[in-house]
Amino acid sequence: MPPVAESSLEVREDFPIFARRFDGRPLIYLDSAATSQKPEVVISALTDHLRNHNANVHRGVYALAQEADAAFDLAREKIAAFTGAQRQGTIFTKNVTEAINLVAYSWGRANIGSGDAVLITEMEHHANIVPWQILCRERGATLRYLKVDERGELSLEALESELARGDVRLVAFTHVSNVLGTINPVAEMTARVRAAGAVSLVDGAQAVPHMPVDVDALGADFYGWTGHKALGPTGIGVLHARPEILDGMEPFLTGGDMISSVDFQSATWNELPSKFEAGTPMIAEAVGLAAAVDYLCALDMTRVRVHERSLTAYMLERLAEVPGLRVVGPPEAEGRGGLASFTIEGMHPHDVAELADRGGVCIRAGHHCAQPLMRCLGVGATARASVGVYNDAADIDALVAALHAGREVFGLGGS
Amino acid sequence: MDDLYRDYILEHYKRPQNFGELDPRDLEALEHNPLCGDELGVHIRVKDGRIDELRFHGHGCAISQAAASIASEELKGMELQDVGRLDADWMIELLGIPVSATRRKCALLNLKVVRGAVTGDDSWPTGSA
Ligand SMILES: Cc1ncc(COP(=O)(O)O)c(C=O)c1O
Repeated sequence: MPPVAESSLEVREDFPIFARRFDGRPLIYLDSAATSQKPEVVISALTDHLRNHNANVHRGVYALAQEADAAFDLAREKIAAFTGAQRQGTIFTKNVTEAINLVAYSWGRANIGSGDAVLITEMEHHANIVPWQILCRERGATLRYLKVDERGELSLEALESELARGDVRLVAFTHVSNVLGTINPVAEMTARVRAAGAVSLVDGAQAVPHMPVDVDALGADFYGWTGHKALGPTGIGVLHARPEILDGMEPFLTGGDMISSVDFQSATWNELPSKFEAGTPMIAEAVGLAAAVDYLCALDMTRVRVHERSLTAYMLERLAEVPGLRVVGPPEAEGRGGLASFTIEGMHPHDVAELADRGGVCIRAGHHCAQPLMRCLGVGATARASVGVYNDAADIDALVAALHAGREVFGLGGS
Repeated sequence: MDDLYRDYILEHYKRPQNFGELDPRDLEALEHNPLCGDELGVHIRVKDGRIDELRFHGHGCAISQAAASIASEELKGMELQDVGRLDADWMIELLGIPVSATRRKCALLNLKVVRGAVTGDDSWPTGSA
């Protein structure tokens, strides 16, 4: 008998989109690694802000503007507290992509020079590759990669020997791989990076929505994540950093709000975090994301992780029943986030996803913005199923049934 | 019977016509589908202003592989000057299945690469549909 995922968080009704029908069928959403669905509390926090409390922040003296200010400040407090970060070290960006670019431009340009090296890993999303390629090209630095082993993991020894070469100034890596699912040993890695006198940046896009994250305990100099994958709206991301390191950096985008004073020829910078938030910030989006973190806190991130881990274990077991199916990444659910990327012999991943949709199941296929990793894995693309708080074992059953049916369409036999 | 994955589509996918490489060759091009990272290349041998031999290589989904296979039969013997006039409608009609917006590039990748090899124009083919 197949194992049964012990827990369902029973929260699907909190998410209005699951009331929709597609050709009369319910929505079976297994693409939360791309973006999450939104609970009613987030949607209503956004609309309530726009209906009742909308004004620009930081400039108004009237009551409504003060409400908007208070809402924006409270949102930042909550979002910082959610990940154990400080308020002044919590900067709002458009998404995690912008958070990484901010570091590459502001910190990177001042601290990376010719002969220096930036170390990233083979499992990075393009968002954590391309900014470093550009920086290294511009500064005459070299970009090196930590290898991913057959289990889909990084090696601490390899990290140590890279650091021992003495030229590494920055190490940037993902907390959880969006393709392999691998959960990297962030604290062990940042400790080694710090000991070598280098700076660390962690891409938390696939971690913060799915497990307890305490950026202080993880010890990263920079830690970024993105709101839309964490039940929040699009248009807001977060960069956490120690205030001391931010104090020493030049601004990224410049203009209004980020200045202290502007003269005809020069300007001085506002205090943190405003120094890194040029122009009118994402006010409604921050309020929406704060509602999302409130919701996740109420669910309890430890429970969220337990739920998703058991669902992932169930998914790995059930996927193994499909003939010709090969999952990439760590073999056990313990070491992986809530996702599984896979290939099926004799079917291209795009066709797998298209046929899953015939069974009403939403999964993603492609290179998942990780083309270097695809090359290491020796595949052009994979299909990927990923879970969120609203999924349960029945969703996995529907996926597996759809994959069996898809194989039949392709005339692939029983085994 | 599936609308998209018709028997002949799957037949071409599993046993594509004119796949491989040509050496020597007169024209060649290689293209990527930016959405999925799939790759399709073509080698062409020219004789008397016509496509004499043509081989595709690369990897892709059933739609892109079947489209290349089906098109290859039509392209062999075609005058080079006619290749530049082939558009998306030609390819979609030849394929004979309803191609959704998300799969359009899969169906058109082979024509893009062939037109690129022959005319140097590597823009995506357009059509009325
Ligand atoms: C690991 C990882 N990093 C970065 C990103 C980019 O996120 P965003 O597009 O929100 O900046 C994603 C999501 O696609 C991701 O999975």
